[in-house]
Amino acid sequence: MTESIGIVTPKTFKVDQPLQLVSGAVLPQFELVYETYGELNSDASNAVLICHALSGDHHVAGYHQDSDKPGWWNDYIGPNKPIDTNKLYVVCSNNLGSCRGSTGPTTLNPETGQVYGSDFPIITCRDWVNSQNLLRQHLGIEQWAAIVGGSMGGMQVMQWAIDYPNSLRHAVVIAAAPKLSAQNIAFNEVARRAIMTDPDFHEGRFIDVGTTPKGGLALARMLGHLTYLSDDMMGAKFGRELRSESLKYSFDVEFQVESYLRYQGEKFATKQNFDANTYLLMTKALDYFDPAAEFDNDLSQAFAQTQAKFLVVSFTSDWRFSPARSREIVRALLDNDLDVSYAEVESEHGHDAFLLPNTHYEGIFRAYMQRVIKEASQ
Amino acid sequence: MSLISPEFKLIADWIEPTSHVLDLGCGDGTLLNYLQSTRQTRGYGMEIDPQKNIQAMMNGINVIQSNLDGQDLINYFDPNSFDYVIMTQALQVVRRPDILLDHMLTIGKQIIVTFPNFGHWKMRAQLLLKGRMPETDTLPYHWYDTPNIHLCTFNDFEDLCEEKDIEVVARSVVNNQHQSNLGIRLMPNLMGEVALYKVQRK
Repeated sequence: MTESIGIVTPKTFKVDQPLQLVSGAVLPQFELVYETYGELNSDASNAVLICHALSGDHHVAGYHQDSDKPGWWNDYIGPNKPIDTNKLYVVCSNNLGSCRGSTGPTTLNPETGQVYGSDFPIITCRDWVNSQNLLRQHLGIEQWAAIVGGSMGGMQVMQWAIDYPNSLRHAVVIAAAPKLSAQNIAFNEVARRAIMTDPDFHEGRFIDVGTTPKGGLALARMLGHLTYLSDDMMGAKFGRELRSESLKYSFDVEFQVESYLRYQGEKFATKQNFDANTYLLMTKALDYFDPAAEFDNDLSQAFAQTQAKFLVVSFTSDWRFSPARSREIVRALLDNDLDVSYAEVESEHGHDAFLLPNTHYEGIFRAYMQRVIKEASQ
Repeated sequence: MSLISPEFKLIADWIEPTSHVLDLGCGDGTLLNYLQSTRQTRGYGMEIDPQKNIQAMMNGINVIQSNLDGQDLINYFDPNSFDYVIMTQALQVVRRPDILLDHMLTIGKQIIVTFPNFGHWKMRAQLLLKGRMPETDTLPYHWYDTPNIHLCTFNDFEDLCEEKDIEVVARSVVNNQHQSNLGIRLMPNLMGEVALYKVQRK
């Protein structure tokens, strides 16, 4: 897996029409930033949409000019990789509410001339899918060959299959859950409280004031990070290894794992400059996701109109969205006699495993995408 | 894909066209693929081995990675979800074949199983004459590395069916080339090496 797409440049899709949101609010106009790789074939049958996870963005593969940081799924997308850009036209759009270019809390509110900040409306998974569907039309794609996503991305894939059953042939749902558990929501709530109680939060108007709630955001990310890793992986990587040779008996960083978490948190809040309001919006969208809710809490019913074929993948050490959560999805799909394959990949990397190289995962992913490619070229 | 074994051809003869089929321990999906193309069946394979999962997927099979020793069958499927639940050469490797049979008969209207016969004369002879656990072409393992933890004879299996009120709808007893002969027909438990059973609830 050495080949890369090379240099890629994001594009912007501007929509001047209002977008009605699930919450009841309306976005008068909006922009979606997205990247594409590979070539759309003549009958537009080889387009694959990638949906990103909580802190992800549209930069899913290749490199930006003047940056040595590859896209977040560069291991799996590119020439001859499982999502083969020699054969497929890959699209990844940046979610609404993001801080990476698409209209979100850091962009200007046309009605006030100021950044949206906390005025940005609550966004749901369904809103993302509705906005991505406009992008689909804009790109001249009648039906996606596949929609692929991990974690929060996997939830968008399910929402697509439910809301636009004729607009996709294959759905690849990786390390996801049909809805958040109380524990998942609790973690999100603690993360949000960390941000909102930071003195620099200023009720979400921190950009106007010229501050950022870095401490709160770093804490939120530390907590998130904990839930992405597995106990085994942390044990193997850090154990109880100390920073210095002897214990200091103070509240300074003593253990390597503390140092690592603090570093990850600070990096997220300062270097990556992630927007605190975006973090709030994304975690809230996760909490709200529950496609079965309007079908009497019956997930099987939610998938009743679905036409897509499915690949569902989970990872053994993922305790954020455990294999049991993926099996709930599989069960609901089987109830509808849909074409579904399911793989439970052995990994020690916890929830993060879906982003990392792994022979079994790659093999399954590749085999399934070969099927997608074969159908697209027929 | 592996060549189509005589066993798979015998199984295909028992399958009504366009049936809904579940294949337990589907391996690389050869049987399901064969049934899809010759009998227009639809359905799923279940397989625990990651490598075989990948191969099955390459063969165009819907494969659900699962452990047959668990509760997956009844967790995933409603009663009578399938026309046939098939399991070839795997009954002897599961922890509780009796419970698995029950689960198969819950979700499938009929089940088809194949397994090696521990009552074959070669087995009996090795144990009787050499005093050692048999090693044959059908069961080519040492006692310590065999995956076959619940070997049985045809008679044992039929006793279990009797006990569980399971009706044997069809039986085909063959040698390891999947041929039948007079000896096998007269004394299946002594002369037969592999049996194919089609059974259902009485």
